[in-house]
Amino acid sequence: MKVPYSWLKDYVDIDCSAQALQEKLFSCGFEVEELLYLGKDITGVYVGEITAVEKHPDADKLQVCRLYFGEEIGSVQIYTAATNVFVGAKVPAALNGATVLHDGQVMKIKSGKLRGVASDGMMCSGEELGINDDFYPGAEVYGILILDKDTPVGTDIRKVVGLDDYIFDIAVTANRPDCQCILGMAREVAAVLHKPLKMPSFAYTVSEAKGEERNMKVRVEDTALCPRYIGHAVTDIRIGSSPAWMRRRLALCGIRSISNIVDITNFVLLEMGQPMHSFDLDRLSGGEIVVRRAADGEKIQTLDEKEFTLTHENLVICDGAKPVALAGIMGGLNSEITKDTKRVFFESAKFARDNVRRTSRALGQSSDSSARYERGVDAYTTEWGMARALHLVQELGCGCVTNVHIDCNHAETEGKKMTASIAKINSLLGIEVPKDTVADILRRLFFTVEIGKDGDTMSVKVPPYREDVDGWPDLAEEVIRMYGYDNIAPTFLEKASVTSGGLNEAQKRMNKCKDVLRLQGFSESMSYSFLSPKAFDLFRLPADAPERRAAKIVNPLGEDFSLLRTFLAPAMLDNVVRNLRCGNENGRLFEIANVYLPASLPLQAQPVEVKTLCLGAWGDCDLFDLKGAIEAIGDAFGVKFSFRRGQNPFLHPGVTAEILLGTKAVGYIGELDPRLAAEFAIERKTFLGELDYDACARKFTDGIRYKGIPRFPAVRRDLALIADENVACGDIEDVIRRACRAVKEVSLFDVYRGGQVPAGKKSMAFTLSFEGEPEAEKALSPETVDGFVRKILGSLKHNLGAEIRM
Amino acid sequence: MQNDQTQELRRYAEEAAAKAGSGKELYAARTDVQAKLKSFMSGMRDLPKEERPAFGRTVNELKEKIEAVFAAREEELRQKELAARYAAEQVDVTMPGRKREQGALHPVTLVKNQLIDIFAGMGFEVFEGPETETEYYNFTALNTPADHPSRDMQDTFYLGGDLLLRTQTSAGQIRVMQNKKPPIKVLSPGRVFRPDDDATHSPMFHQMEGLVVDKGITLCDLKGMLAEFAAKMFTSETKVRLRPSYFPFTEPSVEVDLSCFVCGGKGCRLCKGTGWIEVLGSGMVNRRVLENCGVDPDEYTGFAFGMGLERIAMLKYGVNNIKNFYDNDVRFLTQFKD
Repeated sequence: MKVPYSWLKDYVDIDCSAQALQEKLFSCGFEVEELLYLGKDITGVYVGEITAVEKHPDADKLQVCRLYFGEEIGSVQIYTAATNVFVGAKVPAALNGATVLHDGQVMKIKSGKLRGVASDGMMCSGEELGINDDFYPGAEVYGILILDKDTPVGTDIRKVVGLDDYIFDIAVTANRPDCQCILGMAREVAAVLHKPLKMPSFAYTVSEAKGEERNMKVRVEDTALCPRYIGHAVTDIRIGSSPAWMRRRLALCGIRSISNIVDITNFVLLEMGQPMHSFDLDRLSGGEIVVRRAADGEKIQTLDEKEFTLTHENLVICDGAKPVALAGIMGGLNSEITKDTKRVFFESAKFARDNVRRTSRALGQSSDSSARYERGVDAYTTEWGMARALHLVQELGCGCVTNVHIDCNHAETEGKKMTASIAKINSLLGIEVPKDTVADILRRLFFTVEIGKDGDTMSVKVPPYREDVDGWPDLAEEVIRMYGYDNIAPTFLEKASVTSGGLNEAQKRMNKCKDVLRLQGFSESMSYSFLSPKAFDLFRLPADAPERRAAKIVNPLGEDFSLLRTFLAPAMLDNVVRNLRCGNENGRLFEIANVYLPASLPLQAQPVEVKTLCLGAWGDCDLFDLKGAIEAIGDAFGVKFSFRRGQNPFLHPGVTAEILLGTKAVGYIGELDPRLAAEFAIERKTFLGELDYDACARKFTDGIRYKGIPRFPAVRRDLALIADENVACGDIEDVIRRACRAVKEVSLFDVYRGGQVPAGKKSMAFTLSFEGEPEAEKALSPETVDGFVRKILGSLKHNLGAEIRM
Repeated sequence: MQNDQTQELRRYAEEAAAKAGSGKELYAARTDVQAKLKSFMSGMRDLPKEERPAFGRTVNELKEKIEAVFAAREEELRQKELAARYAAEQVDVTMPGRKREQGALHPVTLVKNQLIDIFAGMGFEVFEGPETETEYYNFTALNTPADHPSRDMQDTFYLGGDLLLRTQTSAGQIRVMQNKKPPIKVLSPGRVFRPDDDATHSPMFHQMEGLVVDKGITLCDLKGMLAEFAAKMFTSETKVRLRPSYFPFTEPSVEVDLSCFVCGGKGCRLCKGTGWIEVLGSGMVNRRVLENCGVDPDEYTGFAFGMGLERIAMLKYGVNNIKNFYDNDVRFLTQFKD
């Protein structure tokens, strides 16, 4: 919120600099996001009086002027092309080295010479000072700004035209709607500076109404959406412009002056935080105001000439026949104040903030009023806002305040009462704030405080505009923010119980799993939990694929982020594409994140969140890098994954494996189908894998259990086998293990085709290691091992047709 | 005569040994010399009995001398061969070592693990709540009723009905307190979602929430604990500053700034010249939140704090764009081998 320093000073005698005030506000909870000095671009510009005007001897369009700036600066010669200069005029003049604005940019003024005549500066227009008529009357005339004739010469122009001022742009937290106005901030400033608050005047006198306004009625049909509505009739309106002080105030807050009546409503909005509206009473029909929900399909055209079709959800202000305002958001064009307006009906109301917010969002229409209402306007200020407006009508002399005052109030306007213990407040804070200080702080913030006989219990009456305060911890906050957070001395849980902390087993396993993958050369990636519906077709998933059953986000950031993901492969593939585009030709990534599996669609309950591991590798790698990573996880957690040829719509049919844990399928690894790779313009081989981490984690075991070491070393034998091309390595290994219990390790060390190996066959060489029982008394004899080998070969031949290579 | 023969044999042995250029040749020469020595010794039989002992001594001396010659030569040859092998097997030690190129954990994971380490040492457990939540857990129970303007503080992704993607890990607070009686010290890290997507906001990011509920917990304790955190996470000189703020679920609420650990508080680019860096939001748990979870607010008090992990990672590692965390460029990720 923008707060002009000069306006604050109307209510508080501020005796510190703007910068010091910024610090003070910061300490009590109001961060000044920007402290803007209005005159920062205008330097070295002073008031001068023109003492002589002559034609330039060699330039028809120029006039050479002499200006007097008082004793300190003396006289200066400046020429100008402007025609509105005259002897005796007081004008702003930028002297050599000054800065002014030119087309909105800062421009430096230097002395110059034109055809033999020197010019030691530049006389300025209002535009060159960055001001308009609202800052200084006449600022918008074409030519040099002619100042009031009583302006003292030599004065810094910023002091004259209102630029010697600061704007505090203050971040007001959501709990403090009462500070969404100048007076509200002034209350805080007064409290933090220990100064009295000078309230503006709310006094006005009424005259007996003589016209039809006497019969004006207000009916509120929905008191939940409009807890308070105050209307007041003003007659004998004289529409005109507002006084300079009011126009400047509005201008400082970024609001253009329109007319005295409209300006008064805007002024009260800024000063009091109470949105107001003024209806042209002669354009209201039926002599009444009705506050009701709109009928479905009802239409209204607002002041900015936009038309809206309304629904039952929108609150409207109507006259006897039609909607005349969109409640709390904007008035209707049909009852707008015009230059001919003679009678006005002022509105000051409280509307329910959520309804204003919803209507504003639904219609895409907002205003300074709706912004205030959305954050909350209290029913107490409603009354004071009206009083202030009526006072201003009389101060400006622009109308006759009648006695027609209608107040439909269904809201509490008395401040809350509560009792609070000072000891309790201090026990929450952890420090001892003296009880008199506690009371003093609250009183400075306009709480009524009485300390009871026990010296501890306070009876507190909360200011009616402080709807945020509803318990003693709120009072504790008021106390500490004014007392100062610097007084909070760090302690380390002096009274708390000792607890044992740390990760649980599942959390530790997750970390270990990530470490295993890291050591396998995979880096951890993180991607959004969103999924594009386009991914299903891109990944060639069949119509009934479970991945297609994804939860929808109602208000996504675009279609590509509109689903909650059911598989991680699309995000991983995105990573690959992005990396390749950056020239990263090789890489290995993993991510462990949730997929979201709805039990039913549309969602009836939270989807099941399943932690899933996704692997992605491209460039110098193959399927067995992924397989190795999965096996490494198995090794780390005492489980054995098995792999079999698998199918997957987006993977290479020959380079895809299904991962099993026991008999349960828990994932896949494979090479990206070259057709998809071509579509994604991926020129490096790319491998993807996914593993249901949660399902695997249920089988993970931790802890180490020692098994005895055999006394005798293992015996190794190499076997070169000839088998049909379609016999898999895993099949051979299975048969070998099943044929002989003494086999501890089977490892493939060579595959060979061609040469003496017949076509359609391959040679596979294995090293087998045999171990006796740990408690065996003798080493395995060569004869025993020979027996094992014969048995294995027999079984291989019988089951797989594989034979030893001669 | 015998003397001549002895001399001759000895010379012969010395020459043969010197001539042998390898272990194998030396072995052959030795066999040859030994054969000669044997035949020389056989001459003892032809000697008169009284000369035999003297001859025996001579032969033994000769034998020993020859053995010594061969042993010396053998050693010489072994040294030579070793020197040749050393020379042949010399490697270029400046050639690259052989290692498995390791991957790296994501910087957000690193920061999360560091924070968990710090707070686990203070007795915190870790609880990870669901990423999809109900309005009740994300808002209502956290003292943010439907018409409350603070709902607008955090725009929310809705999933239909009362379901949404959690906007804050504070949602986990409620689940913890519903299931556990005080004393409670729990950290709740995880993904959160808000519909913001610009240079400084990501629609998904990570938070870490901390919650302490026990008897006699004060605002001073909050400051003390965060001072400990700041010292361990950044530098031991890092100072903590509290300033008033507003969150619906805490009262009083504070914004927590840390003294800039780059400039030490003097003012620099990181802290935008203020000497302080805004790091987390915090406060004393609101009584209503405690009540909502069945904790008696007159018996227990507590504090909660929440921070953005990306923000901490950006500060700690000097990452200046939040998008880096989700682009997953391997040149970025592999820098975090911790």
